[in-house]
Amino acid sequence: MTDVRPVADWASDFDVLAQEYVNDPFSVWDRLRGECPVAHTDRRGSTWLPTTYRDVVDLAHDIDHFSSIDIIVIPFEGEPPEEPVLLYGIPPISADPPLHTSTRRMILPWFSHRKVDSYEEMTRALCARLVDEFVETGRADAAADYAQQIPVRVIAHILGVPAEMADTFTGWVRAVLEFADDMEGRREAFEGLVTFFIEEIEKRKVTPGDDLLSELLHGELDGQPVEDSLVLGVAALVLIAGVDTTWSAIGSSLWHLATHPEDAKTLASDPEAMPLAIEELLRAYSPVTMARMVTQDVEFQGCPMKAGDKVLMNFPAANRDPEAFDDPDQVILDRAQNRHVAFGSGIHRCAGSNLARMEMRVAIEEWLKRIPDFRIEEGAEVTWAGGQVRGPRNLPVVFP
Amino acid sequence: MKISVDPEKCTGHARCYGLAPDLFTVDDYGLSSAVGDGSVPPELEDKARLAIANCPEYAIEVVEE
Repeated sequence: MTDVRPVADWASDFDVLAQEYVNDPFSVWDRLRGECPVAHTDRRGSTWLPTTYRDVVDLAHDIDHFSSIDIIVIPFEGEPPEEPVLLYGIPPISADPPLHTSTRRMILPWFSHRKVDSYEEMTRALCARLVDEFVETGRADAAADYAQQIPVRVIAHILGVPAEMADTFTGWVRAVLEFADDMEGRREAFEGLVTFFIEEIEKRKVTPGDDLLSELLHGELDGQPVEDSLVLGVAALVLIAGVDTTWSAIGSSLWHLATHPEDAKTLASDPEAMPLAIEELLRAYSPVTMARMVTQDVEFQGCPMKAGDKVLMNFPAANRDPEAFDDPDQVILDRAQNRHVAFGSGIHRCAGSNLARMEMRVAIEEWLKRIPDFRIEEGAEVTWAGGQVRGPRNLPVVFP
Repeated sequence: MKISVDPEKCTGHARCYGLAPDLFTVDDYGLSSAVGDGSVPPELEDKARLAIANCPEYAIEVVEE
């Protein structure tokens, strides 16, 4: 059941899906850091919410007490299926060593700098095509018409599945991650996604292509052929983790530039400012919160965490911690010291981080090349999604 | 100045490579290492310090000042 009680006390009864948290989590974290830096809730099961950089990094590194076997921020409700389709979950993100280690080695080369460089040209052409669609009209929804359209097509290209299915993929991923309180929609989306990949795997058994799915299927894991259910899990992960996340990062970056025209001007005129700026935008608007499951009773910062409890890996809050960053709420495009953990920390560092950075950079470059000066449309509403992934979903902008 | 990357700490954020591609290489699995024997030409020392200050895993060490 969706718990819609308003939050009276964020320290003992927080709700990451509360609208005020989705719209402005920053002031909640600020208050919690002063009062109760590791908050707790019993909504959707006993769950802890750290808010400082140090605590989030320490938790991410303690893989013995904090397992990745359950990384979903909003848990599934209802009975689990007797025979799970994804026997191994969606590794490596949902696995601990040793499965984590071996499956991670399978996918990392597909997201290496060398590989990511080879995806840049198609990404740039895609971004330019999208801008063509609206540049003459003087207005666009920078989230729905642009940001949302990019990562899903790049991921489809890497997996070797049809880009025409982009809207379907987006629908599945949003249902799983974003509309997470709608259990029925979530289950349907998950079934759709799994059925689709089972068919794609069967096709590649007959006719392998030059894509990630084929390579996984015909590769080896510890000297053995890779089981279908493992290929399925990894493929599902690449789609789920590669779409909503980067789209949110691009959308938040464009929101920032629409509301800070001086920063847009800097980036439009100085391409060399881009690499540090991307890191700063990642820090300030980190989209992704992950979860861990407590494996055995443990006291952390005086909090009695019980086996089975969930801990939210609040990377976005870590990146706004004044103990770790000077003026954390200021976006300083050329911030020189920036050990942000937008891609996580420790062994689960986002496997697609190089790809995400490239997509962000190219998306912002192609936008600014044609639309260097743009603003939020007066009177229009910007809407945000939150929970596991935070970012704008509607971002109506106008430009001369 | 001489630097090295601790392979036990590096988890592949690749921030060092992004900031100082002349001083670091990254393999296909994302792990960074210092180019050559880790010696930093004087004109790149600022870049080396920038890379050190941005590593989220504190994996880069100054072996020799």
